[in-house]
Amino acid sequence: MASIRLERLTKKFGKVVAVNNLNLEVRDGEFIALLGPSGCGKTTTLLMIAGIYRPTEGNIYFDDVLVNDVAPKDRYVGLVFQSYALYPHMRVYDNIAFPLKLAKVPRKEIDRKVHEVAKLTKIEELLDRMPGQLSGGQQQRVALCRALVKEPEILLLDEPLSNLDARLRIETRAEIKRLQRELGITSILVTHDQVEALTMSERVAVMHQGVLQQYGPPDELYDRPRNLFVASFIGDPPMNLIPVEFKKTDGKPALVTDSFVLPLAEAWGEVLGQMDQGEFTLGIRPEDVRLSTEKEGNALLGEVFLTEPLGGGTLVHFRFGEISFRVLAPREIKVDVGDKLWIIPDQEKLHLFTKDGLSVREVGRQDAH
Amino acid sequence: MSSGDPKRTGRAKGYLQAFLFLLPGLILILLFFLAPVIITAVMGFTNMDYRFQWNFIGLGNFFRMADDFLIPKILINTLVYTFGTLAIFNVTFGLILALLTTSISERVGLFFRALWLLPRFTPPVVYAAIWLWILSPTRNGLLNGLRVAMGLRPIAWISQFPWGVIIITNGIIGASMGMLIFTSAIKAIPRDYLWAARVDGASWFQEVRHIVLPLIRWPLMFITAYQTLSLLTSYEYILLITQGGPFHASEVWSLYAYNKAFSAYAGTYEFGYAAALATVLVLIGTVASIAYWKIFRFREMMAQPRIEVS
Ligand SMILES: Nc1ncnc2c1ncn2[C@@H]1O[C@H](COP(=O)(O)OP(=O)(O)O)[C@@H](O)[C@H]1O
Ligand SMILES: [Mg+2]
Repeated sequence: MASIRLERLTKKFGKVVAVNNLNLEVRDGEFIALLGPSGCGKTTTLLMIAGIYRPTEGNIYFDDVLVNDVAPKDRYVGLVFQSYALYPHMRVYDNIAFPLKLAKVPRKEIDRKVHEVAKLTKIEELLDRMPGQLSGGQQQRVALCRALVKEPEILLLDEPLSNLDARLRIETRAEIKRLQRELGITSILVTHDQVEALTMSERVAVMHQGVLQQYGPPDELYDRPRNLFVASFIGDPPMNLIPVEFKKTDGKPALVTDSFVLPLAEAWGEVLGQMDQGEFTLGIRPEDVRLSTEKEGNALLGEVFLTEPLGGGTLVHFRFGEISFRVLAPREIKVDVGDKLWIIPDQEKLHLFTKDGLSVREVGRQDAH
Repeated sequence: MSSGDPKRTGRAKGYLQAFLFLLPGLILILLFFLAPVIITAVMGFTNMDYRFQWNFIGLGNFFRMADDFLIPKILINTLVYTFGTLAIFNVTFGLILALLTTSISERVGLFFRALWLLPRFTPPVVYAAIWLWILSPTRNGLLNGLRVAMGLRPIAWISQFPWGVIIITNGIIGASMGMLIFTSAIKAIPRDYLWAARVDGASWFQEVRHIVLPLIRWPLMFITAYQTLSLLTSYEYILLITQGGPFHASEVWSLYAYNKAFSAYAGTYEFGYAAALATVLVLIGTVASIAYWKIFRFREMMAQPRIEVS
């Protein structure tokens, strides 16, 4: 097993900066996810770690050993490609055995290891087939076997679930997590699917346009997004983000828009009052809001515009002029279009971002340093 | 069954329609492919010469061929030339060029491929003239000039190495076809396969051996078969560079037929005998095609289902 450290890692393709000054640490045996929209540089990062791409700048360390100039075959990395990349002219068995054959492992031992890993992923009965005869899920397992059979120190998974249907995806998610835990192998999962990242990994690195936005445990990303991008990317249904102005009316702090005024708790008033600007972006998660027919505390009156039943609850849409606002209501609450309801945000779970898109909390933290 | 069966007339009508659609193509094939072969074959049974008379002499030309003391020599020359050029240049060297130029940077690779294509754009006579200068037995030739500069004696390259000369001169130009086909086949291999192999621990050679070659199997076999046939019938560079000499040492079957028909050295324009020689060459080519078809299982390539079963 090994730890991984990326230091100021940068990759440029001509003018395109695919990965920009990335610093990241993965602990020995840890399972992390690289999360971000398509084209944000996840695959490029993975291929640099595997040794396929050479970094334009920066360093890659495995266990504090610089590996920039180490060939892929000497990195002891297992890689599952998004396309799976199973060699089409080899049987499943030979696909899995390929890394061992190249390593000149004795025939008998190859046979033992291939069967062992095939058993682990439950594909023993597929060993004689050709890759073209397998379903997506089966191919995915074979690719995983091929990556695991050489007992690598690091496992890299590039969108391993994106070609599977929804049901299989959930099963495989658990399966991969189980395997990773059993083998204790340092793993990096690349995905554009936040649910995958948040459920499978211990820490998540959110990337956007080649730049690392935030790196931390799932709870932290969800509870304390560092900036507007993370706030908008993490969470489903997504966070309400509303441009507001901070004002004091009659000495009482409030967030003001053209269409509504939301009174603020005193604590927020103090924080925002210290800042040298009045314009912010307010973030409220749909699930951090209560609906009520009576006014309570710092509330806001709105009219229901649309309801979407989601199974577990109802997504209630409000409109304030140009601003739309979503609230996730528990199933027990009956809501109809046209109802006038008080919207009561949990003041402790409000998120406020400066004009630069940075969380107000972050600004405070940076000032403290 | 009655002849008025509507199903039958319907089918007959369908055939007629298909036939009409195929007719223009069939006429072209008849006119330009089949007719010359038939005329040549028929001519092979005559003793036609410069007087152009169709005197049929039965199998006379073929008996003559069996007795022709040059034929074994010509046959060996043909085999050595065809398979030597094929094995060394048109397949192997073409493949090496393709592998090397796709392994280096795109721009440099393109430059080398373009360089290797140049002779294809050069008129054959110019290409041959360049070789005649390179191989000239005098000290003014390129190779001998170098030898003399190094204090060595000039060599009569063509007389000393007739086989080598015809293989190299044809191979240098012939390799570019394989190079082009192989290059595009290699480039069509998804990068992920090659990257996966690298992560799996493959060196460049192992990558080529285990991934690239199996994946370009069909183009490899196609070039082998196609170039065999085209080498069997090609003689223009040999004619221009060695004239088949010295003393038939580099004369191949097609050139021998050409010489019998058109060369002044017999002075007789033996069209009949030449046609019989050409007919035998067509037969050899046909047998070779069928052999390749069977050995390489080309039928499989055409019928192979590529549907993913899930
Ligand atoms: N080989 C390449 N050549 C040029 N541009 C590339 C190459 N690979 C990736 N890119 C560019 O780099 C950026 C990041 O790509 P990638 O790492 O594949 O993103 P992701 O995996 O997050 O979807 C994209 O803008 C992509 O177009
Ligand atoms: Mg990708």
